[in-house]
Formats: sequence, structure tokens, C-alpha cells
Amino acid sequence: MSAPAVIELIDLGKTYGLGSLEVEALKGVSLRIDQGEFVAIVGPSGSGKSTLMHIIGCLDVPTTGRVELSGSDVASLDEERLAVVRNRHIGFVFQQFNLLAYMTAIRNVELPLVYAGVDPAERHERALRALDQVGLADRGQHKPGELSGGQQQRVAVARALVTEPALILADEPTGNLDSASTVDVLELLSSLNRAGRTIVLITHERDVAARASRVVEILDGRVSPASELDAAGAAR
Amino acid sequence: MSWRDTYRAAAEAVLTHRLRSALTVLGILVGITAVILTVGIGNGAKAQVRSQIAELGTNILVVSPGSSTSTSGVRGGFGSASTLTQQDAQALADHAVAPDIQAVAPVSETSASLHVGQTNWTTTLTGTTRAWEDIRGRQVTSGRFLSAEDEQDRATVMVLGPDTASELFSGANPVGQSVVYDGTTFQVVGVLAELSSSESSSNNDLAIVPLSTYSQRIVGGSNRNSVSSIYIKANDAASLSPAYQEASTLLVNLHGLDSAANADFSIATQESLLKAATSVDRTLTVMLAGIAAISLLVGGIGVMNIMLVSVTERIREIGLRKALGARPGVIRRQFLVEASLLGLVGGLIGVGLGAAGVVAIPHFTDTSLILSLPASLGAIAMAVGIGVAFGVYPATRASRLAPIDALRSE
Repeated sequence: MSAPAVIELIDLGKTYGLGSLEVEALKGVSLRIDQGEFVAIVGPSGSGKSTLMHIIGCLDVPTTGRVELSGSDVASLDEERLAVVRNRHIGFVFQQFNLLAYMTAIRNVELPLVYAGVDPAERHERALRALDQVGLADRGQHKPGELSGGQQQRVAVARALVTEPALILADEPTGNLDSASTVDVLELLSSLNRAGRTIVLITHERDVAARASRVVEILDGRVSPASELDAAGAAR
Repeated sequence: MSWRDTYRAAAEAVLTHRLRSALTVLGILVGITAVILTVGIGNGAKAQVRSQIAELGTNILVVSPGSSTSTSGVRGGFGSASTLTQQDAQALADHAVAPDIQAVAPVSETSASLHVGQTNWTTTLTGTTRAWEDIRGRQVTSGRFLSAEDEQDRATVMVLGPDTASELFSGANPVGQSVVYDGTTFQVVGVLAELSSSESSSNNDLAIVPLSTYSQRIVGGSNRNSVSSIYIKANDAASLSPAYQEASTLLVNLHGLDSAANADFSIATQESLLKAATSVDRTLTVMLAGIAAISLLVGGIGVMNIMLVSVTERIREIGLRKALGARPGVIRRQFLVEASLLGLVGGLIGVGLGAAGVVAIPHFTDTSLILSLPASLGAIAMAVGIGVAFGVYPATRASRLAPIDALRSE
């Protein structure tokens, strides 16, 4: 077998609710994402796309199947261990940016390192480097409210980068941005991918998905068979 | 996450929600201030009672006429005469009958207007024996106290209290001077030393004459043998109880009574006074402490309320922190530290205000308050404890939030 995948999902099932109200959100999803890929996950709302994202992000655990992150199974981990996995292996970028309004940009970027137990001096240095990577080195002392939407999302990307995770998981990162900022942020993600980062992008916009090297479409809790064929066309 | 980072995060959260934090702190500080003042009042009252009791001496018994019974209130003697007599006092002073009694001083008192030239002063005229000086633990600053000869001769001599002396003679030395009461001229032979810590002015404002003089020249008639009260000094503190028994038995026999239950007199010890005073104090302290405890409880519920609001309001923040790798324990700790921080600030300000109150209140009323260091430290610990205790539930709730639910909430 080749080098372990960044993430490998094997026959993943997720059922919500109890008894007669059971909802099967995922019905056997298998998916492999390798180091350095830029994958877009698309699908209409209700398709199970969000559930898949939560499981990939270790925010939720599957009912059946396996999730392997860099070769190790995370499906059975408890809340404590999942927190550590989220901290070390995954960088999140959210639609609503989710920056803490009362902290400066640089302290927002430092936050994952705080939970990783990195000492303050190193924390500061790494956060500065991450801000520099997103082109906001001079905005470190601003609070999120003093930055534009595009700048806030770039701070959020810096926060996702700072722990040097195996995977950056972006959930509708452009959903709240104007078109100019959208181009900005997508450009940033593309350049990170070129620098070797593995990126998973969840979106419902085709033109956003077109940035990715592979598009996976989720339909009714399954990977749409057609999507892997489309991928060749979608990847420019 | 290190403790330093936890404190920083908690402090930031507290400072970000200034008004909310201030109101929570207010709730706690009211309670803590109440506790400090309550303990201060309790301690002050206790110290005051102690000093008064110590002034009177601990091995003293006071026999008073009449007695309280459970059914009919105070039982008096025949007519308006006191049931206690000088003969009672003489019998009590007999060492063969009452070996545990060291000294006895019968006392008769009346309100009297004394004259010196054009000056009038109304004071308590006290007839007693020379044992009074020792039993009451008083000293004479100038001149002398009553002597055995004075008693034998029914001498018209008088010892003045310090306040009485200064009122009648306004600074001049009264020893050797004359004081007129009801047509009789008395010669002042001594002045008592001031009793500084005393609450009651009657300890410093009085005029003492020999009891023999008092009963012959001042009272006369059929009441001449009766006395207002009898002070008894036991040999020492340990013999107070036997002395009490001896006095009681002797007086029951002398008065021809069948049992102590029907006594026409009552004997009070300083200890019983102390007990009564202390129990009143304790009741007061318990009541005030109850009020303080209730206000602390209210403060604690305030903390819990605010923390719950804070958790609800910050669901997104908690979800985000968890998504970024905060373990549940870390979230719980942050909220606990926040709650205890509010408690600590409330406690510190509360103790500060309480201490200021302890200093300021005696200037406005005659209540004396004593600041207690253990109580202050205890109050601060209690405030932090309340923060923690009432913060546990909200903190646990916060830590259990699933990160996705948290992030989804708008």
C-alpha cells in the first residue's frame, strides 16, 4: 500500500434520531483524499454534505464505518481525544468566520496554539508567520470588527494554518463574502494548495467548486457516481 | 491550556461584559459586606459585655429583694419594705456559717439632691460598708474610703464619685469640704477613681455614706433596717458556686421560708449576667448572620444566572473553541475561573466596604464594631466558593455542548 491517505472514509453511515424518527443522513460513503489534494465536496442541502463535513472534521462521529485520519482510526474516539485530533490535524474555516470579537486578529490566530499548550513566545511567532502567509502581517493588532469581511476570512484561514494541520477544512468559506473577496480567499486557498496543503472545500456553488482539483458530489447520502467522472472536467 | 491562559481568557470575558459582570459582583459584595458588618457588630457587642463584666469582677454575687417566679412575676416583701435587711448581710458575713464568702457589702440607695453653697447636684446616695470598695474593685484617688470608726460612730462623712466631685466642686479638691443633704452636713473624706470603660454613668456619679449613717439619719422609721441589695464576694472564682449555695440556704432559713423555690430574694452571678448578655448577643448575631447568608445566597444565584446567560450567549464561542481543540475540561475550567473571578472581586470589594463600615459606623452611632481578620479572609474565600459552587452547573453545561450544535446556533 502507498503512503497513508490524509483522510480515508470507509463505508461511512450516519443515522440521526431514535425509533420511528430515524433519519439516515449517510448511507455508506467511501472516500479517499490524498496528501496535497484540493477536493470540493458539493451537493444540495439535505444531501448529507454537512454531516460528511462534520465527520471529516471530527466534530461528529459516524454510526457505522471507519474514519482514518493519517492512517489512524478516529471513529471510536471520545470527546477528549477528538478535541486533540481537531487541534493537531484539522484547520477549520467557517462561513461566518467565527473570530472572537474581543480579541485582536493575532490572538485569534494564536487560539489553537493556546489549546495545544504552545508557550507564548513561540505562539506569537507562529501566529505572525501565519498572518504573513495570508498577507495580513500588518493587521495583527486589529480586532475583527475593524477588518473587512475578506480580511476576516483571511485571518480565519491563518488560524486554520497555524497548527500546520494535515487538512484544512473550509465550510462554505465564501458564502458571506462579496465577489472580490471571494476571489481573494479562493486565490489564497489555491496558493496554499500549491504550497502542498491538503484542502477540502464544502460549497454549493459550482464556480467555487471549479477551483478544486477534484469534485465529489453528495446526493441522498451517497457519493454520486457521476461526480468522479465530472471531476476531470471540473479540474480545469 | 495553561492556568495563565485560562485566567487571561476568563478576565477578558469578564471585562468584555462589563455591566453584566458589575451587577454580578454587586450581588456578591452586598452579601459579603453584610457578613463583615454582622460579624463586626457581634464581636463588638461581645467585647463590650466582657469588659463590663470584668469591671464588676467575676467572683461576685448580687442578692436582690424579690424574686421572679414562673407564674406570678416578682414577689415582694411586706408592705413596701425590701425583704433584705442589714441582719441578713451580717449573717452572710459570718465565716462559720458561710466559709466560702469572703466579704459582704449591703447597699441602700436613694436619689438625693446634694448642695455645696449655691451648687445643686442630684445623684445616687449610697449607704454601704467599707467592704464595698474591695468588692466592687474601686479605688480612691484622694483622701480615704469609709472606715470602721465611721460605721460605728454613724459619722457624717461622704465619699464622692469622680463625676459627682467635679460637678459639685468644679475642679477644686473636695476632700475636707462640706456637702449638705436634707439639712445634714457631711464631710467629704475621699474621691473614687474613675471607671473609664464603664457604660453606665452611675459608676462614676454617686455619693457614698456609711450604711449606719444612712439608716439612722437619712431613712429612719421602720424601713431603716432594709437594704436595696447585698454584694457578696466569694473567696475566688472556684468558690462562687458553694458561696451561692450558702447564701441561698442561709437567707431561706433567716426568712423562714420552706424552700428556695419560694425565695423572696434572687441571687445573680456575674456569670449569669454574662450568659444572659451573651445569649442576647448570640440571638442577634444569628439573626444578622441569617440575613447575611440569605443575601449571599441571592448573590450566588445571581452568579449562576449570569453564568447561564453567559453560556447561552456564548454557545458559538464555546463551539468554536471546541472546534479549535479545546477539551471539555478546559471549557469547564474557563467558566469556573470566570465565576470565581467574579466572586473574588465581589469578595474583595465587599470586605473593603465592610471594613470601611466598621470604621465609619461607630462615628454615627454608639454601636461598637470590631473587624475580624479571620472573618474577612473567610468572607473572601466564601465569595470565591460561591462563585465556584454556583458556576459548576453552567460550566458543566458549557463543556457538554457539542461543537456542531454550538456552531450551528445563530
